[in-house]
Amino acid sequence: MDMQTIFSASAEIFLVIMICAVLIVDLFVEGEERKVTFWLSLASLLGTALLVLNNTPESREFIFDGSYVNDPLAGLLKIASIIMVGIGFIYSRKYLIKNNLMKGEFFLLSLFGLLGMLIMISANSLLIMYLGLETLSLSLYALVAFDRNSSIAAESAMKYFILGAIASGSLLYGISWIYGVTGSLEFNEIALSISQDSSLNSLPLWFGMAFVVVGIAFKFGAVPFHMWLPDVYQGARTPVTLFIATAPKLAAFALIYRILVDGLGGVQDAWQGTIMIVSLLSLILGNVVAIAQTNIKRMLGYSAIGHVGFIFAGIFTGTQIGYSAALFYSLTYIIMAAGAFGVLIALSDEEQGDQLEDLKGLSQRNPWLAGIMLFIMLGMAGIPPWVGFFAKLDIINAVVDAGFAGFAVVMVLTSVIGAFYYLRVIWFMYFEKAQESKAIVVSRDIGAVLSLNGLLVLALGLFPGALMQLCISVMN
Amino acid sequence: MMLINSILSTMIWLPILAGISLLFLSDNDERTKNTVRYISLGASLATLFLGVYLYLEFDGTTASMQFIEKMPWIESLGVQYYLGVDGISVPLILLTVFITPFVVISSWDVIKLKPAQYFAAFLILEGLMIGVFSALDAILFYVFWEAMLVPMFLIIGIWGGQRRIYATVKFFLYTFLGSVLMLVSFIYLYGQTADFDLQNFMMTPLTMFEQQLIFIAFLLAFAVKVPMWPVHTWLPDAHVEAPTGGSVILAAIMLKMGGYGFIRLSMPITPDASEYFAFMMIVLSLIAVTYIGFVALMQTDMKKLIAYSSIAHMGFVTLGFFIVWSFVETSQGTLGVTGAMVQMISHGLISGAMFLCVGVLYDRMHSREISAYGGVANTMPIFAAFMVFFSMSNAGLPGTSGFVGEFMVILASFKANIWYAFLAATTLILGAAYTLWMVKRVLYGEVANDNVAKLTDLNSREFFVLSVLAASVLLVGVWPSPLIDLMTATIDQLMLQISETKIIGVES
Repeated sequence: MDMQTIFSASAEIFLVIMICAVLIVDLFVEGEERKVTFWLSLASLLGTALLVLNNTPESREFIFDGSYVNDPLAGLLKIASIIMVGIGFIYSRKYLIKNNLMKGEFFLLSLFGLLGMLIMISANSLLIMYLGLETLSLSLYALVAFDRNSSIAAESAMKYFILGAIASGSLLYGISWIYGVTGSLEFNEIALSISQDSSLNSLPLWFGMAFVVVGIAFKFGAVPFHMWLPDVYQGARTPVTLFIATAPKLAAFALIYRILVDGLGGVQDAWQGTIMIVSLLSLILGNVVAIAQTNIKRMLGYSAIGHVGFIFAGIFTGTQIGYSAALFYSLTYIIMAAGAFGVLIALSDEEQGDQLEDLKGLSQRNPWLAGIMLFIMLGMAGIPPWVGFFAKLDIINAVVDAGFAGFAVVMVLTSVIGAFYYLRVIWFMYFEKAQESKAIVVSRDIGAVLSLNGLLVLALGLFPGALMQLCISVMN
Repeated sequence: MMLINSILSTMIWLPILAGISLLFLSDNDERTKNTVRYISLGASLATLFLGVYLYLEFDGTTASMQFIEKMPWIESLGVQYYLGVDGISVPLILLTVFITPFVVISSWDVIKLKPAQYFAAFLILEGLMIGVFSALDAILFYVFWEAMLVPMFLIIGIWGGQRRIYATVKFFLYTFLGSVLMLVSFIYLYGQTADFDLQNFMMTPLTMFEQQLIFIAFLLAFAVKVPMWPVHTWLPDAHVEAPTGGSVILAAIMLKMGGYGFIRLSMPITPDASEYFAFMMIVLSLIAVTYIGFVALMQTDMKKLIAYSSIAHMGFVTLGFFIVWSFVETSQGTLGVTGAMVQMISHGLISGAMFLCVGVLYDRMHSREISAYGGVANTMPIFAAFMVFFSMSNAGLPGTSGFVGEFMVILASFKANIWYAFLAATTLILGAAYTLWMVKRVLYGEVANDNVAKLTDLNSREFFVLSVLAASVLLVGVWPSPLIDLMTATIDQLMLQISETKIIGVES
């Protein structure tokens, strides 16, 4: 193994070392001193991010005998994931202390999850992809059950685990078929053998692919493999929900992009229809069912399903502009999701804070927080000039460009349905009277990051060009 | 020089930035409240002066776009920050900058709850509305068009009446549903032209089928905004529940966006489909004029009555636009289109004034029911004079602005088909019936109850607002030619444009 290889994977290696360090340091701190763990975790994130920045190549390069890939796309996804995890830590600290949950495990499991994501993002082989996915998933299962006194958390963790295990099994089964047909695990090799021998594009490959798509759809939480998502969003502690709702979406984007586009791009005709149907179902079910929710975390869960429909719509176009639009959508969506759950964390008072009713009169109790939530809700609803609109515009443009104007009509109509429940959040915050008049105080550090997060939703909307351009350039 | 080169941007962003800055002022004590009021007044007056300057510098003899500002915005999608005005948009921009200061003055100390946010919402709304009228890039247009919903949503929802939440959500979803398909059309047209330049959209050839689909998508967006029968049901709700300022802006300017959309987008981008659907549009317009006129007659709530009368009057606008295709030579339809444009401006002034009149009564009595009043003229003679005047102009009395537009449209429909004219002219009876009957019940007769007996007449602030509006209604009524001169060249050009088919291989 030469030095170049070590350098290319240095971010992941550094993260593993730091996880061990956090693990050991955490043994010796207690109570108030736990903030050492917090700061050390943030420092590891910073270090990892710097290493990723430093080692992202101009063009694609393969390491570890072709099972690992390093390219600008991986760089962008990794940086964004790391930032999201960091923001999640910052939002969560006060909440964890208040709820007596300030334990080292939260940070450790999150960092392990991040490691899994980094591996997934850079995987160039089906097995490495699976390895990363399991590292992420196992951390997530444990994180959901992290509050051991909560029975609802335990229940949702159990559901998540069982369904997740089935999905992983399905993915692994599909992988074995694809390996059997193409004789390779590496995505570029798979693509090469498919392009050389067109007879491979037949039933056995499609059979394997179907199982892989099931696995992918499950990890995204796309309909009809979405059952776990609302339960987990609701059952997990809000910081954990924030974690699940943000960075893993990017890893899932890498999963679908690397497998379906990099690996199976040659048989796009075979998966296009499936992804399209999954996208359609997600758009409709996510947005319609979200209307009926009274728990805001659950509502955001269904809204996430609707957003996944949009991301899938960018993928099924099978065009470069579609992929980059899906990437832009994923990036901007997780910014909004992080902000939304950040506000909920800032609001939450012990068990309270996850019912829609709890938002009543927020504009009187804390106008600034209400303003941030207003930005995020309008962004998610796709109202210009907030960034969600441009993300949707980008996707719809790709869909129309690929010749699916009818599908685009469905997309915008489901957006109108979706607008209703986002507006309901705004009306609870602004038009209803507060149930209690006690002002909500947000500590300065969380307030500052949340404000940045909210303003970013507007700023990226006023000037979306640069990020869109970046999303296009990393795809080439 | 900077100001001259980017006068449109200044007019858009000055009120928006002023509005945003107000949000940072807490409005707890009386002093900051005054600061808030004066900042809002200053910003809206400054925009008004810029508007006057725009009017003076505008060259009405040419149909080409003026005061153009163009720079790339989102390069990967070919979206530009592209502004410009012609004879169709300038009158509407002038209307916007003219009405907004009155909204600020009329709400001066009426709004007790969060005045800073209230004024901020109106200033931001003003900037966005000017943006709609001056955007020449489809996405920019759409951004302003949709963003406008947000301040209005909050205005109705926070400062509205009893059923405000129902009304505001209905308003938002109705208009949002209408406009999303317009976005899909824009994206489709982008696929044909490779940028979002509205003028390129007008140039690009389209088959009849494409045009029909695009026309219907546009129709949904604009018909909801106008609003045309049968998608008008959000308007009475929104108007009734909105605070006075909200009703004024809604009636005076936001409804005009629908008309503006028809003349700026539907007619030039899909001329053949417009011709194809012209008869349907005329029928819908005539239903609005006649049927809604009868509905207005039956209202017991003053604001609802004026809201329905707005729908009926806006029917004249769509009638004037689509009557064009009833002539063999479309250029003969100029009269109808010009009349429709004048009607938009005139209705902006009159309906704004009518809602302000109701606002004056509501501030004193907190009731909009006609039956709660009676004999108001005895206690408020000056107010009664104004209200009678505006009602007369609402009914289309010659010498007021209400007459000019309606007369031109009726004349044009008379030339097209006598039955159109017959039905359109029923408004002269119906309009007079519902407005004057309301005036009779509210203003005249014996003093109905103690509350009416205790009414005080207009204060100087209200007197100022109503008298300036009355003067402008009169001015447009007796001397409409400066207004018509502004748009003649552009409308002539438009007539040329829509007379040529966009279907390839078909000679027009």
